[in-house]
Amino acid sequence: MLSSFLVFKILLCVIVFAISLGIAAYSTLWERKFAAFLQDRIGPNRAGPGGILQPLADGGKLFFKEEIIPDVSNKFLFVLGPSLFMITALMTGVVIPWGKDFIWNGQRISLQITDINVGVLYLLGVVSVGVYGIMIGGWASNNKYALLGALRASSQMISYEIAMGISIIALIISAGGTLSLKEIVENQDAGYANVVYQPLGFLIFFICALAETNRAPFDLPETESELVGGYHTEYSSMKLGLYLFAEYINMFISSAVMSALYFGGYNFPFAKEVYSALGLNEGSLAISLIGAGVFFIKIILFINVFMWIRWTLPRFRFDQLMNLGWRYLIPLSLFNLLLTIVVEYFRGNLNF
Amino acid sequence: MLSLTNRKKIVSKKEQSLSERIYLPGVLKGMSITIRHLFKKKATIQYPEEKRPLSPVFRGRHVLKRDENGAERCTACGLCALACPAEAITMVAAERKPGEEHLYREEKYAKEYYIDMLRCIFCGLCEEACPKEAIFLTDRIVDTEFWREDFIYGKDKLLEPVEKDKRIDVTKRQTPAVLEFKKRPGLMHNILYDPNEKKETKRIGH
Repeated sequence: MLSSFLVFKILLCVIVFAISLGIAAYSTLWERKFAAFLQDRIGPNRAGPGGILQPLADGGKLFFKEEIIPDVSNKFLFVLGPSLFMITALMTGVVIPWGKDFIWNGQRISLQITDINVGVLYLLGVVSVGVYGIMIGGWASNNKYALLGALRASSQMISYEIAMGISIIALIISAGGTLSLKEIVENQDAGYANVVYQPLGFLIFFICALAETNRAPFDLPETESELVGGYHTEYSSMKLGLYLFAEYINMFISSAVMSALYFGGYNFPFAKEVYSALGLNEGSLAISLIGAGVFFIKIILFINVFMWIRWTLPRFRFDQLMNLGWRYLIPLSLFNLLLTIVVEYFRGNLNF
Repeated sequence: MLSLTNRKKIVSKKEQSLSERIYLPGVLKGMSITIRHLFKKKATIQYPEEKRPLSPVFRGRHVLKRDENGAERCTACGLCALACPAEAITMVAAERKPGEEHLYREEKYAKEYYIDMLRCIFCGLCEEACPKEAIFLTDRIVDTEFWREDFIYGKDKLLEPVEKDKRIDVTKRQTPAVLEFKKRPGLMHNILYDPNEKKETKRIGH
């Protein structure tokens, strides 16, 4: 019993790992394609049919480039930086419920690697540790541009984490008072998706997610016009690749978190009717897979929105970024929290 | 004061309105513009397979023409070099030996002929100056090279092949209108070579 449990968990870990890397790899291609489409171009289409092998070519190029470790850098920390960033990016995928449970040989199997009861806190914690990857990398480079980029990244992430955390508290209050991602998703099964109750909270969370993943219009840590390359100025070869790759994994994971928290994860409207029309019983593998498919469609839509925003908006200035974070988003999220508490109190879901 | 342009704009640094300060309307407007471009026709031309149509009077890499018997038309008169504003053309003249009539049309020919493609500005004055219809600009493009010396094209690259089917077509540049234009009395070679003109001919000298 225990061994089959272990085998399944390890298998799930490997699958989630592979999917994270695969989606990150193909996000790089789709990002370039999407940018091209928005600019009336075609984009990379030479490597394989329609450019489908472009990520492999890019990865292969990065592997074969010269690996430079600056002489004056702290070598241990220099290597630790990108590794930490990549590890934390991959670690967040652990608590996300990818699909409904299903029954296999009388055993209930979950499509979530682990359902810890403080899943949301775990996510926030791991994302915060991710800042260390950038900080350490930028500091260990011993380069002023890298240090400035790292400083910007950490101050930006810390500022936006506050608003993000407060909007998540509001979400948790209106979503049944649980911190487990699995339960939050299951609670959206019967009623509406949480975005209906928390539209303002979703907006704040979305803006903060953009800032947390260092994507345009909040990509100040790597402003090439002022900071050369930002925190990864000194990085080359696959260590640079790890940074870039981890950013795409972050984007994938934050899309997954957003669709799980606010858009019902693997649930979709009229799910029960669809399943009964297809003649599927509760607990069958097909239901899990359909749910996972719906979840991935939502994730991919979010990734597209991320890219759409990136190729539309210019970058914020740093003071604008800080103003937006501290003077608008935090008061707004506090207001949203207050509003949620008042509404939930009068609906009778809260008692003091 | 008289305005220099009708496109001037008076810049005002007034306070931003509320909708401008919360960014969102502007963001949504911008996003609606970009998403419309997703469905527009792509401007890309897939170069090696697809080529951009050139103008019919495109002036590209030169060719030294042969006549219908395969003899070189160039007589090394030097008018092209004289006409060249970029001083890209130079040549060495030689006298035709008996028995070389099938190679060179006139008694004098260009033993060596060079055009520096990096100096050339592709103005077409050389072909306008040529009295023998020997040099033309074509719609071919000068190849990229690694070394500057390789851009100095000699006769090996400029002269068209002898074989009839490999000749370079210059009918686009040698239209009847162009031939008519070349008969105009004001042109350099007509001044120099006009048999009806009794006046003293201008002398070329460096």
